[in-house]
Amino acid sequence: MAGTQTSRVTYDFVTRAIARTLGHPGKGYYALLGTAVALLGVGIVCLLLLLRYGLGLAGYSHPVYWAVYITCFVFWVGIAHSGTLISAILFLFRSGWRTAVYRTAEAMTVFAVMTAGLFPLIHIGRQWYFYWLLPYPNERGLWPNFKSPLIWDEFAIGTYFTVSTVFLIMGLIPDIAAVRDVATGWRKKLYAVTGLGWRGTNEQWRHYTRGYLYLAALATPLVLSVHSVVSWDFAMAIVPGWHATIFAPYFVAGAIYSGVAMVITLLVPIRKLFHLEELITVHHFQNLAKLCLLTGMIVGYAYCVEFFTAWFGGHPDERAAFWYRAFGPFWWASWTMFICNAFLPQLLWFQQIRTNILALFVISIFVNVGMWFERYVIIVVSLAGEPFERFANAVYNPTWADWGIMAGSFGWFFMWFLLFVKNFPAVSISEVKEVLPAPRRGKAVAA
Amino acid sequence: MKLVNPLTAIFHPPPTPGVLAVFGHLDATVDAIGQLRKGGHTDFTVYSPIPRHEIEDALDQPVSPVRMFTLIGGIAGCAIGAWITLYMSYDWPLVLGGKPVGSIPPYVVIMFEMTVLFGALSTILGIAFNALFAARRLGTVAYDPRFTNDKFGIFVPSELARQGQVEGLLRGAGAEEVRRA
Repeated sequence: MAGTQTSRVTYDFVTRAIARTLGHPGKGYYALLGTAVALLGVGIVCLLLLLRYGLGLAGYSHPVYWAVYITCFVFWVGIAHSGTLISAILFLFRSGWRTAVYRTAEAMTVFAVMTAGLFPLIHIGRQWYFYWLLPYPNERGLWPNFKSPLIWDEFAIGTYFTVSTVFLIMGLIPDIAAVRDVATGWRKKLYAVTGLGWRGTNEQWRHYTRGYLYLAALATPLVLSVHSVVSWDFAMAIVPGWHATIFAPYFVAGAIYSGVAMVITLLVPIRKLFHLEELITVHHFQNLAKLCLLTGMIVGYAYCVEFFTAWFGGHPDERAAFWYRAFGPFWWASWTMFICNAFLPQLLWFQQIRTNILALFVISIFVNVGMWFERYVIIVVSLAGEPFERFANAVYNPTWADWGIMAGSFGWFFMWFLLFVKNFPAVSISEVKEVLPAPRRGKAVAA
Repeated sequence: MKLVNPLTAIFHPPPTPGVLAVFGHLDATVDAIGQLRKGGHTDFTVYSPIPRHEIEDALDQPVSPVRMFTLIGGIAGCAIGAWITLYMSYDWPLVLGGKPVGSIPPYVVIMFEMTVLFGALSTILGIAFNALFAARRLGTVAYDPRFTNDKFGIFVPSELARQGQVEGLLRGAGAEEVRRA
């Protein structure tokens, strides 16, 4: 890390630069926030209509009863994953470059899981019965079935949301204290309360650093487990195109891939709006791009393996499902997925592309689109072509209620994210300082 | 006659007398810690904007007990995961095809999730209990807002008579600023 940031970057510079992001953010910020809230409004209107008239508005038709809402659920859970990868796994690997980007990634994780959690509720139709998901017996004393992947998923997502939230808050405490000590007015009061009396004493650091290490160690298996469990929602069923042992690693790689792309999508405007160019440098973007390339290659490989297994396995229904995927009525979705996820990111082999922020931003948006379509292809297209009652298969098409609520979910996510970066330190103050050379008498020695 | 509020004694205890030193350099702070320890001081507080191993080593503190919270929470979570799945299966047995009512492999997922959940929450409790709430003396020792920014600090509790000597020691180690509290 030393050398990637200019020598002007000292402890004091870091505190001031990050505390400045909490000041007046300018018109660009409010334009983005306004757009997010407007999108959320569209989603809320669609949801209210859905509540009034029922799930028929969402265009469900046999056999496609898991459609855009479940696609969005898997998409948002996937987005969440790279945040934990960057904040927990790279922490355990002592990777210095993560310090400048991990807070953004971690906040993205929490808000993405919050967004994802809405979709099962929207999907169940009668939202006022959501508490049936909780493990308690019904009026006949029957408990939930713990052999069902759906209930595993509920535990997995619940744990993931709780752990990533406390991990985010834990990391924030020393930084809130740092901005508390330079803030004025009502903000000082807000940070005095949320900083929980942090002063950076030797006793506090002693317990904090230990606890943080264990939290990272506990969050690390979650990165791998949560999306594995989500993938088993599908892989445990016998629908061709779902029933595959490769699903867990395939979903985890895809999740990290889409998440890293989303981190790039979020960091580019944040860095520009809040003038963080000296803290978040091209070096950080390049490392994110490499992560994107690696996971993108795994995803591309998984696409090939799926098709190969379908052909090599020789089962006619399995073969038919994959023929349907590539050349059926949903060919456009499948080829959008292949092009955005497997072909376009190959550009990241070139250093000129990896160090060009605008190019990275554009590629990251394509990857986001591609990863949304990947879930659409896996969920909707596999169901639409399922062989069990082929005579009864109707034609499925998403409706305005699907697109409206999906747009609303983006609004919801960006609204929370924008409010967070404006009101709390969006870059970790203490961890960025940790990778700087410590001030010493006479000369500064590299950390 | 004005009555004394008993809560004041708990929430606003009187300040601890002592000497507060502000350091601009890490190595000077470490020197001062070494000299204080040599001089027989044990209950001083060191402030730093970031955790540094040099400070930890100089203080030679025992490993934080937070790890016991994590361990106990994790084991408890795993046990609770096993208990809820098995209890709920046997409370209303659904026998399907002669397969076991309580079957461990699918329940491992729940046990794993509960291990992580309880482990993480008890770690938080451990940190809060040890670092934030148990440090009751913290409200009474002198502090400087620069300690979360770019300065290191040491607060040495001492009676008035010894403050002069402590002050000299801290200045000698390279303190930028020393004041009595």
